[in-house]
Amino acid sequence: MDNPVIVANHLAKIYTMGKVEVQALVDVTLKIDRGEIVSIMGPSGSGKSTLMNILGCLDLPSKGEYILDGETVSTLNDDQLASIRNRKVGFVFQSFNLLTRSTALTNVELPLRYAGITIGRKEIALEALEAVGLGPRIYHKPTELSGGQQQRVAIARALVNKPAILMADEPTGNLDSKVGHEIMDLLLNMNKERGTTLIIVTHDAEVAAQTQRVIKLRDGLVEAES
Amino acid sequence: MNFGQSLLEALESLSANKLRSSLTMLGIVIGVGAVIAMLSIGAGAQSTITGSIQGIGSNLIFVMSQRTEGVLNPKPLTVEDAQAIADPLQAPSIAQVAPTIQGSLEITFGRKSVTTSISGVTGNYDLVNNETLYEGDFISEEQIYERASVVVLGPTTAQNLFGYVDGLVGQTVRLNGQPFRVIGVLNSKGGGSFGNQDDRALVPLSTAQMRLIHRSPNDRVDSITVQAINAESVIAATDEITQILQSRHRTAVGADDFAIFTQQAILNIANTITGVLTIFLGGIAAISLLVGGIGIMNIMLVSVTERTREIGLRKALGGRKRDIIIQFLTESSMLSLMGGLIGIFLGWLISVIVGKIASASGTPFTPVVSINSILLATLFSTAVGLFFGIYPATRAANLEPVEALRSE
Repeated sequence: MDNPVIVANHLAKIYTMGKVEVQALVDVTLKIDRGEIVSIMGPSGSGKSTLMNILGCLDLPSKGEYILDGETVSTLNDDQLASIRNRKVGFVFQSFNLLTRSTALTNVELPLRYAGITIGRKEIALEALEAVGLGPRIYHKPTELSGGQQQRVAIARALVNKPAILMADEPTGNLDSKVGHEIMDLLLNMNKERGTTLIIVTHDAEVAAQTQRVIKLRDGLVEAES
Repeated sequence: MNFGQSLLEALESLSANKLRSSLTMLGIVIGVGAVIAMLSIGAGAQSTITGSIQGIGSNLIFVMSQRTEGVLNPKPLTVEDAQAIADPLQAPSIAQVAPTIQGSLEITFGRKSVTTSISGVTGNYDLVNNETLYEGDFISEEQIYERASVVVLGPTTAQNLFGYVDGLVGQTVRLNGQPFRVIGVLNSKGGGSFGNQDDRALVPLSTAQMRLIHRSPNDRVDSITVQAINAESVIAATDEITQILQSRHRTAVGADDFAIFTQQAILNIANTITGVLTIFLGGIAAISLLVGGIGIMNIMLVSVTERTREIGLRKALGGRKRDIIIQFLTESSMLSLMGGLIGIFLGWLISVIVGKIASASGTPFTPVVSINSILLATLFSTAVGLFFGIYPATRAANLEPVEALRSE
């Protein structure tokens, strides 16, 4: 397996809050292979959110080099980052983050719209919704859906542009354990079917146990890999 | 993102907060409505005033006394002045000369009495001023020579005095207690911008000077209306009048004791006045449009703050700055455009109502809602939406996705 989708060399991130400098990431080097399932764990303040933001191209590292799917991310500007996020990264959040005013279908169509796809957009979105098993509720708004259903819509939205990596931030954190298992199964299944690299940020040891590799962070450094 | 989709999405998010959106729109509605109403009422006033000035005839010249500083021994206008102006040898461009004096007197019939404007006029007054008679005859030269006690009534005066206007010829009314015989009733000229032209009474000039309106010297007149032979000779006629009066009054050049107004000059003055008035009213209305625009900015800023998380999400999903700016600008300009359209309707409604009130109160007046003012208001209100939307939109677009996603 020498086809890495993520290569991160000596990533560091320093936040300046007023006069105080906070070193959220000190020196992180890691490599994630295509199709791998990785979880990132660590206590709060360990830098795992910062790492996730950088790996998800939401933020740039202060130091170090980050290559995602062959593209060097660490030197891009805002709009180029937006484009990378759109094409290569799918996000699944703890609190789903769906547009409350729009239907499930419109929510899934959103990344396609930002990608500039107009022809066949609805069909692509419908296909993604079918893949996550939402069933007939595609024209319902998020408020009319259960938590599990909302997370299914969010996963469909994350996968609709066929990204290289899927970043899931506590994907089961807001769900009860039964539905949480269903969502985990769905994510693992998507990885198996589509080969999408899956990166899960979590506190939950049970979730981490289902991944192939666990990266443990502490104080901005990789503490252990297993 | 295509345009239709943006519109649809903007509509969706505006309708999510219906009360707020409509209150924001109200500011623009009132602003645009006020601009339209003011411009159309101004244009209506202008056309009414212009019309009534044009109605008095394009070849008329008005001569009045005027006290100017630096004129020694100013002399009043007299009947002799009028006769001199009427001399065809000295003033070949002049067709008719009608000197008048005016006063306000009580006129009585039986127990009913009204106060009205009395003019002492010559026999050509009806020709010069385009007066026609509803019944009876106008004052004749003979009656002027005889200083006859006869009166021609305006239709409103007749109505006020008798309660009807038919068959009044031969009745006797009293002016200042003296009996005058009614010889005619004028046709209505309609209300104009110079007061009601139908509420008045005309008597022979000689009679008025002798018995009703005392002036010193005795043959003094208040104004002389001159009719040029045609509209083209108005300027020549004005020069002739000036020369005749300057030589008769022995005034220095440039310091006349009289003033000459042509219809064109009056028209110009009236247009200037109404133009300034329209700009003034329109300007005040535009301020309310500006306030409406600030209202839009305020609400859009609130909306950006409220939707920080949504903006963060959109950026995470690949929305570029441009996409976010377009989204918010579409919302703000949609607000102002819809407000503008409703405002145009409101302004039109107001001007129609003002027109109706004006006609009901006896001043025929048609506000003109011009295509220009509609275009102006639509353009201006959309521009207001765009302009005041830019700041909130760029603020939204510049949010950091990480920060925005973290906000609650």
